[in-house]
Amino acid sequence: MLSTDTDILRTAEAWRREGRGVAIATVVETWGSAPRPVGSHLVIDEDTNFLGSVSGGCVEGAVITEALDVIADGKPRMIEFGVADETAWQVGLSCGGRIRVYVERVD
Amino acid sequence: MRLSLLSDLNAERAARRAAVLVTDTASGEQRLVREAEVETDPLAQELRDNLRRGKSGIVERDGRQFFLTVQTPPVRVVVIGAVHISQALAPMAKGLDLDVTIIDPRTAFATPERFPDVPLLPEWPDAVLPEIGIDRYTALIALTHDPKIDDPALKAALRSECFYIGALGSRKTHERRVQRLSEAGFAEADLARIHAPIGLDIGAVSPAEIAVSILAEIVATLRKDRRRSA
Repeated sequence: MLSTDTDILRTAEAWRREGRGVAIATVVETWGSAPRPVGSHLVIDEDTNFLGSVSGGCVEGAVITEALDVIADGKPRMIEFGVADETAWQVGLSCGGRIRVYVERVD
Repeated sequence: MRLSLLSDLNAERAARRAAVLVTDTASGEQRLVREAEVETDPLAQELRDNLRRGKSGIVERDGRQFFLTVQTPPVRVVVIGAVHISQALAPMAKGLDLDVTIIDPRTAFATPERFPDVPLLPEWPDAVLPEIGIDRYTALIALTHDPKIDDPALKAALRSECFYIGALGSRKTHERRVQRLSEAGFAEADLARIHAPIGLDIGAVSPAEIAVSILAEIVATLRKDRRRSA
């Protein structure tokens, strides 16, 4: 399935109507050379199925992990990602940009 | 986000109406503001500004931070001519999240067998274009080579706010077209809106290559604010 903007939010609605736990992650702020523009969405369900993107694949894994917590407790979260630090084990953007992502549950 | 809110947002998109989802990033409180409701919203000025630019983003008001998810209608491509190029173009356009509608009164061309899963109107452009409504999120491309079919569509496009108009044909064909449209009362500045010969100059030969060049030119026009060489 192609994941255009139209598909992503429609899929979020369809998954929720099927009774799945669903979270939507949205890029709300970017600095520097961020891979996806503000407003981009990633939709995640409780089984870690996902559609869309908030980066070029660099931080999706971390966002999905966070989304599972959001689906569990219903509290929206703001997560920030910066440049990847190769000396520490952390998730980051190798492109040198910085992004803020808002993750919320579909109730 | 409440499911009903998400559902309303998707409904506005399907109806080709702009809308903004306002999220208080601290409390998670949300509301959907439809295009018609913008003026009465407390954030009217910010909403208007972001809608005009078609950009989502953070705004601040009275020490509170709001994220505006701006949803403009999906960009639509109205294709005049159920021709070979259109057959190649329709599936590519879908991958770009462009809504394609194909119009061709020649029923031998406009068949569902040639265009599976594409809205297809076997009608004259001047009969159906008023119904479809050409808005500023629409691109119109005339591909029939036949002035009887292309010209009425181009006239409707020139009278509209559509963001892109393209017409297939050589420079000579276009000179004759410009002459006909001038005689019909269109000014030089209007006619300059028509991209002809259509498409970016990538030396396209096959119908699929021409489709790529047309879609690339549509994207380039749509994203002109972002282009480095614009």
